[in-house]
Amino acid sequence: MPKIIVVTSGKGGVGKTTTSASFASGLALRGNKTVVIDFDVGLRNLDLIMGCERRVVYDIINVINNEVSLKQALIKDKHCDNLYVLPASQTRDKDALNLEAVGRILDELKESFDCIVCDSPAGIEHGAFSAMYYADEALIVTNPEVSSVRDSDRILGILAAKSKRAVEGLDPVKEHLLVTRYDPKRVAAGEMLSVDDIQEILRIPLIGVIPESESVLQASNSGTPAIHLEKSDVAEAYRDLVARFMGDEVPMRFTTAEKAGFLKRLFGGR
Amino acid sequence: MPREEPAFKIKNSNLPVLILHLKTPDLEQVKQQLETRLKQMPDFFAHTPIVLGLTDLADAESALDFVDLLAFMQTNRMHAAGIQGGSPAQQEAATKAGLGLIPTTPQRPAPIVETEQAPEPVPEIRPAPSPHYVGPAQPDLPGLEIEADAAPAIPPEQPAPVETRPTLVIDKPVRTGQRIYAEGANLVVLAIVNAGAELIADGDIHIYAPLRGRALAGARGNTAARIYVQSMEAELVAIAGYFQVFDEGIPDTVRGKFSQIFLEGEKVVINPISSKR
Repeated sequence: MPKIIVVTSGKGGVGKTTTSASFASGLALRGNKTVVIDFDVGLRNLDLIMGCERRVVYDIINVINNEVSLKQALIKDKHCDNLYVLPASQTRDKDALNLEAVGRILDELKESFDCIVCDSPAGIEHGAFSAMYYADEALIVTNPEVSSVRDSDRILGILAAKSKRAVEGLDPVKEHLLVTRYDPKRVAAGEMLSVDDIQEILRIPLIGVIPESESVLQASNSGTPAIHLEKSDVAEAYRDLVARFMGDEVPMRFTTAEKAGFLKRLFGGR
Repeated sequence: MPREEPAFKIKNSNLPVLILHLKTPDLEQVKQQLETRLKQMPDFFAHTPIVLGLTDLADAESALDFVDLLAFMQTNRMHAAGIQGGSPAQQEAATKAGLGLIPTTPQRPAPIVETEQAPEPVPEIRPAPSPHYVGPAQPDLPGLEIEADAAPAIPPEQPAPVETRPTLVIDKPVRTGQRIYAEGANLVVLAIVNAGAELIADGDIHIYAPLRGRALAGARGNTAARIYVQSMEAELVAIAGYFQVFDEGIPDTVRGKFSQIFLEGEKVVINPISSKR
């Protein structure tokens, strides 16, 4: 049964697009035929993170307006065989996302893909709403700070009340909490909310914790999803996330501060 | 001479009733669409009394053929009890056809659980007692009382007659931006109420989880309404329009504790509830 998964948060800059790129890549690496859709019409970013910006010819709005076929607009990912990208339009705005047409595109994608990842724009307006409306499952991306947690709470409320599943009285959208940009040292110092604090407020199951890392910035700038980085805790954390999503039992990592080793303490360094 | 036993008694009662709002004076079209609907759900109207809502047709010039419409409804097991709204001519035609006239009541939202564009149930809530509110209680007050000082001088209006409706039970988290209104009823919440969420009830409110948002009981002026909360962490509580905010935090005597909130005169009192009674 193909799944539609929305990556959403309410707040901007928490790592939705980074997560969408790595999560979709991870699903593809595990053999799922995957497509990732950029719903951030007008602020197209996903193609940059995926490193396919030079190959964007058509976009989701062209498909919605029936100007091109879905096949023409899909871009094959350069890192994985099973992954395709449906880019957003840079020149239009989010009002062009017609809910009915989005449903039609998703239905068509369901025929040939196992996983459909929807990268939601920030906010709770039409763009974010179109991205989440048809979702079966939701990754709620949250940073360990109060405003991000509150915005996530708002999004969860909308998912529970306004999504297609809610409106039609089907099983509710399955919610997963993903905490990103987590810095255990700052948590220990009381400068950041802990995973437990966040769960205490949101009360949904935790699916992963992605540590704060400079390598994410490098990965974005080079157009490589962070999950492909070598020897990186971020890549490992994203692989854990995908494994848990696929049903594997994987213990949580990167939630406690690493004790600095003797040499490190002696010489400083990071 | 023995007094005669009374043969009847007149009682006032509020009953739920279906209102069939007519959107067009074209009754043929109404009948046609009703027929389609009845085919899908043959038992939907089965013998329930129905009020014809004519509010939208008050400006319509054409006369309505109630006799024909009633015959149609009769054959489909629908019982028209009366009409509501409409122009004087329509009302006259309706009484001639044997229908009762039901006075239009101000519209109120039904018990609702929504996220956005809430139709404000605010008209029923008494206006907040202006900038007089004082946040936290003086901790040195005896008797654990927390007072909203300078409560408004205006006495609350006569409490609206209390309708008895089933308690509204919410078993999922109430999240930021969500508002739940238990109209004419008590409200029971079994899951967390997060900051930025709002609970409103015309009766009592019970929360068997932390309350971090707002809770307004007795929203239509019932000063006897109370709020019971398992863990008191609220942003605001109000009874019958008298409210209390916690600018400087919730007093230690009740913070995070099982508490009840009620009105004493014009004071909002928040007391911890001991489980060792």
